[in-house]
Amino acid sequence: MAKTPITFTLNDAEAAVFVDPGAPLIDVLRKDVGDLTPKHGCGQGTCGACTVLIDGEAHLSCLTLAEGVEGKKIDTTAGLAGGPNLHALQDAFIRGFAAQCGFCTTGMLMAAKALLDANPNPTRADVIEAISGNLCRCTGYEPIVDAILTAAARLQGRTA
Amino acid sequence: MSSIEFRKDLFADERDDTLKEIGKPTVRQDILGHVTGRTPYYDDHLFDGLLHMRAVRSPHHHAEIRSIDTSAAERMPGVRRVATAKDVPNNLNTLLSLINFGRDDEPLCAQTKVRYLGETVAWVIADTERQARDAVAAVRVEYAVLPHVLDVEEAIAPGAPVVNEIYPNNSFDYHAKYDHQKLRFGDVNAAFAQADHVIEADYQMSPIEQAPIETCGAIAAPETNDRYVCHTNTQALFFSLGTTAKLLDMASSRLHFIGGTAGGGFGGKVDSIVEPTAVLGAVLTGRPVKFAWDRYEEMQVGAPRGGERWRLKDGVMNDGHIIAREFTGFFDSGAYMRLSPYAIIKGTGHLPGPYTIPNVASNVYCCITNRTPATAMRGFGITAVDFAIECQMDRVAEAVGMNPVEVRILNAYRDGDMKAHRRKAKNTALIECCQVAASKANWAISANAAAQSSLSGGGQGKRGVIPDSATDEEGRIGERRQGRVAETSPSKSSTGRVPAGTHTEAIAGAPVQNPDMQIDADRIGHKMGATQTAPAASVPAAAPAVAPPMVAPSVYAPTQPVPPSAPPPVAQPPSAAIPVAPPPVAEPASPEAPAPYKPDQPFNRGVKRPGRSPFTSGFRRR
Amino acid sequence: MLSVETYQTISEAAGALGDRSRYIAGGTLVMRAVTYGDQSFDRIVRVRQVDRSISSDAAGLRIGAGATMSDVLASRDLEFLHPVARLVGGPAIRNMATIGGNLFAPNPYGDFTVALLALDAQVVMANGQSQSLESFLPGRDQVRGLVAAVIVPRIEPGSFMFSKVSRVKPKGVSLMSIAVSSKRGDPRVVFGNMAPMPMRSKGAERALANGADENAIISACSLCTEGLQPADDALATAWYRSEVAPVHLKRLLQNGGRA
Repeated sequence: MAKTPITFTLNDAEAAVFVDPGAPLIDVLRKDVGDLTPKHGCGQGTCGACTVLIDGEAHLSCLTLAEGVEGKKIDTTAGLAGGPNLHALQDAFIRGFAAQCGFCTTGMLMAAKALLDANPNPTRADVIEAISGNLCRCTGYEPIVDAILTAAARLQGRTA
Repeated sequence: MSSIEFRKDLFADERDDTLKEIGKPTVRQDILGHVTGRTPYYDDHLFDGLLHMRAVRSPHHHAEIRSIDTSAAERMPGVRRVATAKDVPNNLNTLLSLINFGRDDEPLCAQTKVRYLGETVAWVIADTERQARDAVAAVRVEYAVLPHVLDVEEAIAPGAPVVNEIYPNNSFDYHAKYDHQKLRFGDVNAAFAQADHVIEADYQMSPIEQAPIETCGAIAAPETNDRYVCHTNTQALFFSLGTTAKLLDMASSRLHFIGGTAGGGFGGKVDSIVEPTAVLGAVLTGRPVKFAWDRYEEMQVGAPRGGERWRLKDGVMNDGHIIAREFTGFFDSGAYMRLSPYAIIKGTGHLPGPYTIPNVASNVYCCITNRTPATAMRGFGITAVDFAIECQMDRVAEAVGMNPVEVRILNAYRDGDMKAHRRKAKNTALIECCQVAASKANWAISANAAAQSSLSGGGQGKRGVIPDSATDEEGRIGERRQGRVAETSPSKSSTGRVPAGTHTEAIAGAPVQNPDMQIDADRIGHKMGATQTAPAASVPAAAPAVAPPMVAPSVYAPTQPVPPSAPPPVAQPPSAAIPVAPPPVAEPASPEAPAPYKPDQPFNRGVKRPGRSPFTSGFRRR
Repeated sequence: MLSVETYQTISEAAGALGDRSRYIAGGTLVMRAVTYGDQSFDRIVRVRQVDRSISSDAAGLRIGAGATMSDVLASRDLEFLHPVARLVGGPAIRNMATIGGNLFAPNPYGDFTVALLALDAQVVMANGQSQSLESFLPGRDQVRGLVAAVIVPRIEPGSFMFSKVSRVKPKGVSLMSIAVSSKRGDPRVVFGNMAPMPMRSKGAERALANGADENAIISACSLCTEGLQPADDALATAWYRSEVAPVHLKRLLQNGGRA
């Protein structure tokens, strides 16, 4: 099978891989690069568990053709923490009990990061809208919304 | 942030408030892994040379398999193996055989016919998932479509297509005797005759898919020492291990199962299908094999909480007291029995809900249809009937012109009341729940209702004793299909009485394997008859696994009076004799009685008897 | 076996399309088909230079076929379409899904196209030819060539309304969607998910031809399912859709979609 070489930036590091024709980005990240943080939940854009940032915007890695990310900047939950220090979102998720089984969590975090990067001071409605494409089946939406708002406030406090 | 409110004023003396953890905020021990993405789900274990396995699935609800042509698929690029039913060493199982319940009725891969849309007919194992999918599309299966039945009541009517030949009446055989689970407590027909109102209604609950975000899946790989490792997201690791050992006819010591991390389950990951399939793939190819459902499969072939239909009939007095409640229930088990027959027994123990009603009768049917098999989901066996019961309570309130919360408080069970399954209620809290809910919702209730307590008034007079009960023997296995039973509801005419105060007795499952597994009456949770000897002790070890429930709350045939002076019960065969099989349907009137189940091949390693895993056997000790 | 072909321009890509090929834009439809093993194509055709521009000229508002729902939401000229774009998917889907792709989205997707049909949009192909969306849709599965842009005529403020009916809040897949353009003398009422493709409700349009007073609304609602062919799916039966379509149309006409 003819593979195609692609290069992109993953969490600020360069990645170069040969990808199968038609492979979705999630398979390349998980199998070829070894970044297991995007999760495969539906393969059809319904659940949001595979959400990653491409050039700063939330995208679904299961519906992204890997060959299309040539030269782009990709961020996943694996790069969220700065060294040993957790990101404010991660910290707020922990303290706010905003995860149960954890399978939707990495996608939720990336959707939330995309929101906070674009809108540092979101309303509750903004947060609900921002994670409206991410499903949680352990019924954790309220703690998740609370945690994102908590993280936003903390980030604002630090930078303001 | 939390909106939990602890009502420590309630039942304060029943609780120790000096606990260090319970009731205190805490941090989940696994949450650091979740927020960093390091929690290892089954699919996060990477294997070099991993192969991908996909199933060929039936497009029909019910069809005979005429032929399967895999030759084109085998020649497709990347394909390592195409497997069919012939490749499964022991292709028949029932999930609860591991606790000795039910007959083997379900193949891992359909061989002669398919019984639901999406049933597995073959598998393809290929280098990539896409290659496996392409090859699946190239497998040619010729079907002869059969008439199908999708409705529970149509399924048990005479003339319905036989879905699963193991249960030729399209219903589970309860206690080797009836086509439904019976509950008889008091005399509902006499009570209906005295009631001021009789309120009847039907309730229908649809199947509900658990829909975890992570679909069911497993990766199996050959290990050293002729073992296989299996990473799985099962909710029931040892169930899955035992099932795999049985289906693949493999000593369970050769299976190394690793689980414990599931991306949601909610009951949808107990059916142990992906694990034996992945291990089979690893056995056939000698390579690591992943078998996972995609979202479509999770929704279509992943077992849901089954649909249920409930018909309720209440006898109610003008003052709001419910004096009789009758249930006719139908569980849609789908094409195979997994957990539904057991859920019915559990559900029957729950009737008539959290209320004290002196006369209760129930017939519940576990129906086989050409639908996706049903399984566990969050309180299954209880949830749907509770929905029916609470809707019915509102109808009762409307009929007698009462506040619906007050009707509930009036009929609520209290500590010490006798429940229909002949155990006393304890730790009851419905009254307090109603009071708090009414107050939170600003729903006015009377001072009298507000003054009630679960702790007082329970067990007084007739509330605390088992009534004289009317019994019947309607609905023996096979009679309905022959058109000899017209009704599905509990019988209108009793043929026997069980004296007041009669407890139930245990029905033994298969005989114990070792003396230390002997059932201990003190341990099984419910009282047995005074003259009850330990069951099963005298049963020959070779008894076949016609499996009545293990510790069934067997409320259908209360035979042993507690007062030693009472006369012996009438016309009820002692249930303890049931396991000695053949099933006691040998009355001349029942010539169609099914022959006792016999496995068509023995197990040679690890598993000593049909339906027995070396891990779970006999009655578990506590 | 799958292959991916990359071209510089949309014209080159249009020339390369043929049997067993599929053009990929945002990927939300094509990648799903790839993942689920769609056997109807094995060539994926893509383009490096995607037209995501949104511009205004004499003919109206031109939306490049590669513009995403997010691009629509970022355009002040297209403010009247913001409520439609916002109801498509979650933010990630909106960053990916394109206007051109939406024209081909099968039920239960394609809500944006419902709005475009009510607005009497024109479809511009890569070879420069253009046709009305209404004449384009019936043949969309056999179309030759690639869509380059969509042109939306300018509208009077307040003359366009849209609602999407879904069972899950805040976001769910469409049970049906309704778009109404109340251009004087030429009102358009379009239903999504009530036929194999977005479909005008000729009965409702007739009733509203002379304005949307109370009687006209009642009449429009009673006639609105005329000629539509709703189907059963996992969300609702055809019967249910036919029963509730008048209710949702009435809510839209009277209260802008609120119950």
